[in-house]
Amino acid sequence: MIRVQQQDFDPAEEYRALRNSGSGTGAIATFTGLVRDSGDLSGVTGLFLEHYPGMTEQVIEGLVLEASRRWDVRDARIIHRVGSLALADQIVFVGVCSAHRGDAFAACEFIMDALKTSAPFWKKEITGDTEHWVEQKAADLDRTQSWD
Amino acid sequence: MTMATDNSITVKFFARLREELDTTTLTVEAQPGLTAGQLLRSLATKGGSWAQLDGEQPVMIAVNQVMTKPDRALQPGDEVAFFPPVTGG
Repeated sequence: MIRVQQQDFDPAEEYRALRNSGSGTGAIATFTGLVRDSGDLSGVTGLFLEHYPGMTEQVIEGLVLEASRRWDVRDARIIHRVGSLALADQIVFVGVCSAHRGDAFAACEFIMDALKTSAPFWKKEITGDTEHWVEQKAADLDRTQSWD
Repeated sequence: MTMATDNSITVKFFARLREELDTTTLTVEAQPGLTAGQLLRSLATKGGSWAQLDGEQPVMIAVNQVMTKPDRALQPGDEVAFFPPVTGG
């Protein structure tokens, strides 16, 4: 299940859905990303998130397929918000269930790392009076490459 | 900018590029053998903020919503997107 949406989401609901992935599931790993007060700029009060509709969903589907080739993935739920977000708002959710914790942890982390460097989303940081399109970080690229 | 025809390619821009070029979408005529990279360089000759498309800043390219390299040849009906490195998550 992949969703790109403006509205907020409830991680508890997603967790409940992941628990229904069948009796072979023995582990669920989830990640939630939040808007924080400092990124490229300090004193961030909010974000604006833009995406490429259609391509975004396609890229994330590909990442889930790739994760399923590498690890035991019984189900995966990914939600990414777009539009205007305030400080401490939820941005992204990745939840994966597997038979064992190792696969659940790895698949969840892989999807999140690869999403950051390949899914067409762009963040703009908003402070009191300035706006700034966030620059891609070499550390994020390194993390994605570490899965090759 | 021309009207869409059967022989046209749709070009989209996102995020910082969309804002700085003040352009979301434009349409260009397909030409035999034209690659995505050549199209990018030809747009750079429009001058002003378009000049940044000539290698000054990294630009990522997608054709029909799949990431691609600049040497990808374009076909009539293709949707080409140019955008800055992605920063989601």
